[in-house]
Amino acid sequence: MTDSALDAGGDQAAQVAGPHQASGSSASAPGAMPGALAVQAVDMTKRFPGVVANDHVSFEAAEGEVHALLGENGAGKTTLCNLLMGLYRPDEGKLSISGRAVRFHSPKDAQDAGIFMVHQHLRLVDSMTVAENVVLGWSKPRRLRFSPRKVEKAVAEAAERFQMPVDPKARIWQLSLGERQRVEILKALYRGAKILILDEPTTVLTPQEAEQLFSSVRDMAADGRTVIFISHKLPEVLAVADRVTILRQGRSITTVPTAGTDAEHLAGLMVGREVSLEATAKGSEEPGPVVLELAGVSARGDLGTEALKTVTFDVRAGEILGIAGVAGNGQRELAEVITGLRGTTAGEIRIGGTRLPMGDPRAAIDLGIAYVPEDRMGTGISPNLSIAENLMLKSYRGKTMRSGPVLSNRKANANAREMIKRFDVRAPGPRTLVRQLSGGNIQKVLLARELSSEPRVVVAASPTRGLDVGATQYVRQVLVETAQHGVAVLMVSEDLDEIFELSDRIAVFYNGKVVGIVPAAGANRQQIGLMMAGAA
Amino acid sequence: MTGPLHIERRLDTPKWLKVAVPFASILLAAIIVAILLAATGHNPFSTYHQMYSASVTADGALTSTFVYATPMLFTGLCAAFAFRMRTWNIGGEGQLYMGAVGASAVGLVLGDWPRPLLIIAMVIGGALAGMLWACIPALLRAYLRTNEILTSLMLNYVAGFFMYYLIYDSSSYWRDLTTPGASVFPTGKTLVANASWPGITIGTFTLPMGFILGVGLAVGLLVLIRSTRYGFEMRVMGDSPQAANYSGIRTKRKILSVMAISGGVAGIAGSSQIGDFGHVLDPRGLQQAQYGYTGIVVAALALYNPLAVVLVSLLIGGLTSAGFALEGPSFPTGLVGTMEGIILFTVLGGEILARYRIGLRHRAVTPASAGANFGTEVAP
Repeated sequence: MTDSALDAGGDQAAQVAGPHQASGSSASAPGAMPGALAVQAVDMTKRFPGVVANDHVSFEAAEGEVHALLGENGAGKTTLCNLLMGLYRPDEGKLSISGRAVRFHSPKDAQDAGIFMVHQHLRLVDSMTVAENVVLGWSKPRRLRFSPRKVEKAVAEAAERFQMPVDPKARIWQLSLGERQRVEILKALYRGAKILILDEPTTVLTPQEAEQLFSSVRDMAADGRTVIFISHKLPEVLAVADRVTILRQGRSITTVPTAGTDAEHLAGLMVGREVSLEATAKGSEEPGPVVLELAGVSARGDLGTEALKTVTFDVRAGEILGIAGVAGNGQRELAEVITGLRGTTAGEIRIGGTRLPMGDPRAAIDLGIAYVPEDRMGTGISPNLSIAENLMLKSYRGKTMRSGPVLSNRKANANAREMIKRFDVRAPGPRTLVRQLSGGNIQKVLLARELSSEPRVVVAASPTRGLDVGATQYVRQVLVETAQHGVAVLMVSEDLDEIFELSDRIAVFYNGKVVGIVPAAGANRQQIGLMMAGAA
Repeated sequence: MTGPLHIERRLDTPKWLKVAVPFASILLAAIIVAILLAATGHNPFSTYHQMYSASVTADGALTSTFVYATPMLFTGLCAAFAFRMRTWNIGGEGQLYMGAVGASAVGLVLGDWPRPLLIIAMVIGGALAGMLWACIPALLRAYLRTNEILTSLMLNYVAGFFMYYLIYDSSSYWRDLTTPGASVFPTGKTLVANASWPGITIGTFTLPMGFILGVGLAVGLLVLIRSTRYGFEMRVMGDSPQAANYSGIRTKRKILSVMAISGGVAGIAGSSQIGDFGHVLDPRGLQQAQYGYTGIVVAALALYNPLAVVLVSLLIGGLTSAGFALEGPSFPTGLVGTMEGIILFTVLGGEILARYRIGLRHRAVTPASAGANFGTEVAP
């Protein structure tokens, strides 16, 4: 399991908040901000065609403060950062850095003013060393000769000074994601960062690495730097930040000190209504006949090794079967085998009694299997096509999207408008490119397409990964409703809370095998955990 | 440390700009070439006037422009269509050769057929030969995952040698062995008069049938890409092969059929070379012309839009034609190539720059503070 404490959107959040908060943000009481104002944004507004991404957003952060920007996907966090970083220019509003009004024309300007950003997707050159990455493109002072040893020494010194242990000679590809992130932060500090923006920094980290990051963040603040911490995860915001500014639908709602608040309150502010972090209702009481049947299915993984070993189980209509397991134990291969994306080496898969042909995605679609893949952008979506086009990715073969032999834009757009409304996708219109949407809205487009096809089986792999509280709740709700309508749902998730919350039965995967199937009601967490680790 | 320019990425490029940029780029290329001409002691205005006359107004000049533009139109479409799906068919050159071989075979074998049928058979013969040739790299790509850029490129040489073998090194069906001169200077058999394609003649200007066929194909391909299921699948494949596979598109067949259509179009270029112009399989002439490779340039300049390929093929056809007409001490051979290169550079450069907003940086004097260089405009 990863992120057990941090990723929990559930009731755990409230429990976690307490102790972390005590140890994390004891340094600063509300109203007693150390140091002068570092960042002051007043009424920052940025409009894009059809949307106001930032609508008079204001916030301020002091020197030595960890300031969190909290909001759902699409709330305007990324746009605000891009404004701070000089990637976009604000249409209105004022930005002051250390009390001085600035107007950035490029990230270079922002960096000159001491603002650096560590992006969610790290921007390092894999084949180069840590030292080379740290100095890459940094022309201050400009030197003609590049001496690797000197640079390595300087970077090693910096690493020690900022307490960021990394080997300057190591190549990036040799490092773990946590270490790579540390290199990015070191890069910023080395270049004289006074204000550091961290964009969803824990997404790629294990819980231990996240803890390390939090302590580094506190150290940087203690050094008098300002850290702007962007997140939609409540527990980590409560753990690391002094104050939180909440963004919702492009507006800054309020700024609150973390000391006097809790996860429920923040979630409410973020979503704009009362949020109960309680469990969603389960699927229907009486499961129907068996719809999806696997009998002794084996398959190879990408590397040619056996990834699935004689897997046998079935899923009934109206039932949610949760697949629990540590990532890499055959779950992805399982989903791909059922959806026809991967061939089998043995066994048989039946949908409502009909045998599924091997390795034929179209046959799987025609038999009524919908698939919400783990890798949304890479597999489930064609990012440079429009919402309307992505919504017809599977139905374009039928008659509904055509007039005669010609595909009809009018019909595609009408369908898209209906789906946008029904699934609450926040987008300017049907012709918007999916690439331009936020993560939660992309997932909604995907769900809209998959669930509107009236499937018999839904395979959902990590359906809420990377989504914010609101979108997560929505996706879970939709899955439960789908099951209630008599669809067999197979849900793969690494999040045990999610498995327990939604499943009727839980199948535990270890090393490509089903180690056990238990009813969720009355299942023992400890027991499941041991099974996942291969110990039972 | 900051430069005098600031560059900012556009979120989306307005439509007028997308249309205006290519034209402005060509204009810029003309200015650059004018400077080049002036620097080498030529009068740019008279040179341009000469070129205009040699490609449009002079006797037979426009006809000659179309003669060069016709094969480029086909090979341009061949590349543009395949490139749309990010299938990099560099084999238009070889597919053209094979098309010429196929079309001349059909013309020779079916010489006694009625003219319309014979012409249709030649078009089909060339297209089929080009298709089959393109299927080799396509099959390798679809089923063995080889890189189609390399295989299709190398097959160009194979096709070239094959053509040479037919005419120079064998007693093949294509070779003329009857006349005594032909044994000293090997040539191909000349097709019957019935096999020559009709053109539309207005005064001194002749519009080749191949060009009309090419325009029809361009329109057809545009419709295919824009508004059919086939084109939709191509767009999905081009954007994300994984998403295509996921959505049930038969990706291997798609690669095969797109390459086959692309190769077929190049094959018709070969048919047109035989039917419209040469009436004989001439390996040396076809290889020297390099229409297949020029087609890639044409497709790139047209930004893979089939209708734009029509215009660009005329532009490059005119340039080539003027280059040959004016060749001499005052107009060196390399000039047309240079111009083509500069146009390609400015158009593709313009296409990339159009994605950004570029402007001059306003530098305001800021009170120096603790070594921080803001390099930005400071509000009062």
